[in-house]
Amino acid sequence: MIVAQAKPFPELAQMLQDARRVLVAGCGGCVAVCQAGGEQEARILAEAIRLWAGEQGRPMEARAVVVPRQCEPEWAQSLGPAMDEADVVVSLGCGVGVGFLAEVRPGMRVLPGLNTSFGGGTVSPGVFEERCRMCGDCVLGRTGGICPVARCAKNLWNGPCGGSADGRCEVDPQVSCAWHQIAQRLTARGETGFLEEIAPPKDWSTAGDGGPRRIVREDLAS
Amino acid sequence: MSRLAERLAAGRFVVTAEVTTPVGADSAPLRRRLELYRGLVDAVNVTDNPSARVHMASWAGAIAVREANCEPVLQLTCRDRNRLALQSDVLGVAAFGVENVLCLTGDHPVRGDHPQALPVYDLDSLQELAMLRGLRDEGRLAGGGKVEPPPRLFLGAVENPFAAPQELRAWRLEKKVRAGAQFIQTQVVYDVAGLASFLEAVRRRDLQVPILAGVCPPKSARMLRYLAEKVPGIVVPPALLERMEKAADPRAEGIAVGAQIIRAVRQLEGVRGVHLSIVGWEEELPRVLEAAGLR
Repeated sequence: MIVAQAKPFPELAQMLQDARRVLVAGCGGCVAVCQAGGEQEARILAEAIRLWAGEQGRPMEARAVVVPRQCEPEWAQSLGPAMDEADVVVSLGCGVGVGFLAEVRPGMRVLPGLNTSFGGGTVSPGVFEERCRMCGDCVLGRTGGICPVARCAKNLWNGPCGGSADGRCEVDPQVSCAWHQIAQRLTARGETGFLEEIAPPKDWSTAGDGGPRRIVREDLAS
Repeated sequence: MSRLAERLAAGRFVVTAEVTTPVGADSAPLRRRLELYRGLVDAVNVTDNPSARVHMASWAGAIAVREANCEPVLQLTCRDRNRLALQSDVLGVAAFGVENVLCLTGDHPVRGDHPQALPVYDLDSLQELAMLRGLRDEGRLAGGGKVEPPPRLFLGAVENPFAAPQELRAWRLEKKVRAGAQFIQTQVVYDVAGLASFLEAVRRRDLQVPILAGVCPPKSARMLRYLAEKVPGIVVPPALLERMEKAADPRAEGIAVGAQIIRAVRQLEGVRGVHLSIVGWEEELPRVLEAAGLR
């Protein structure tokens, strides 16, 4: 899923200084699963905004709504009438949701309530880890299911750097060295072919470095 | 052919030394350091934003080394350059007669003086080696375009014999040689037995590449402790640390330690030279070499 976390409240409050009627739009997709932007978080944030505004001595209306997924144009559109009642919208969707809501009412300020962080999942209660950088050219089939793009700080393709030691990453010794893991797993499986070959430079043009990415599925496009 | 390549081919035990370029817009401090090295070493490595801290460009330093009639080894990391910049920098220095290029992945910016920087890592050091070999041998850019004339290059790589597990290091060294590495400079050696066992793993893979062992005479016990604790992959035997701590004259002791390590690694099969890091007290280089019986 897309993992996100709440922006620090003071940063959001700074953006809300001039607001009078705020719509907090939650999303029932990934951000609800990682408990950053679902219905409950939307209600809590609306309440926090009202309390903060009250303490500032200029009360603000803040209402929470939620749609199943802000990244579906139909669901985003369905928020149009509620958005019309507000002067500022705080989207608790990922960046896609924020962008889609802004397209629904281009004249309105739609603020991100979250920092969209990474493609990942829960590894233990309350702990989320990155697993996918969405580079558009998946190599997991050759690397034992461990991603050198998402999990190696240097995007290496040919084994661990000289800064890693004892299976720990140079950047943060709390983190496992992805290449140490890849080598261990492939060796244990007896699949050393990929380890022996010199992996050619990656084509980053599929990784978002060639501009916004777009997929056209002729079989689905009407 | 680079002088370093010639001397290695002739079977001479070579000495390279490291210079760090200044953090400033004047090459005079660099030229002063080169004065100390001239005639004593076979080549001078010019570091490239070491520890991910900004310094004068290594290509500019390498040209300054040429101008000082010394032979440069250009260090070129993948951290700060994509494949376009790596190739254009190499063509640029090659036009000024720089032939030795040491290909490195580079320390991550998070440990440097600009931890907010976007790291590049378009290529890794093996891909850099293979790309530069193609530039030289086929006269082709990575993108397929023609290079006229191709650069003359003597390509090097680094390896850290002490970062466990050792077998993974020997495997990666072999890949570097296959990718085009013609010489290897190692991480700083304090643990000679550790280097010996790494060299054994290298020999099992039947690699003939010349290896220059990294030697950094410790200036003080404090410096040695810093290297042991803060630099990933440097192994300092506790007895050595104790020896430096007890030394009445730490500088003299450090020079003796450096010389002793040089003499020890020189006995190891596969070691074809030493690479000295004596940054901050370059003036002692002649004494270290003399004590090691190299000059």
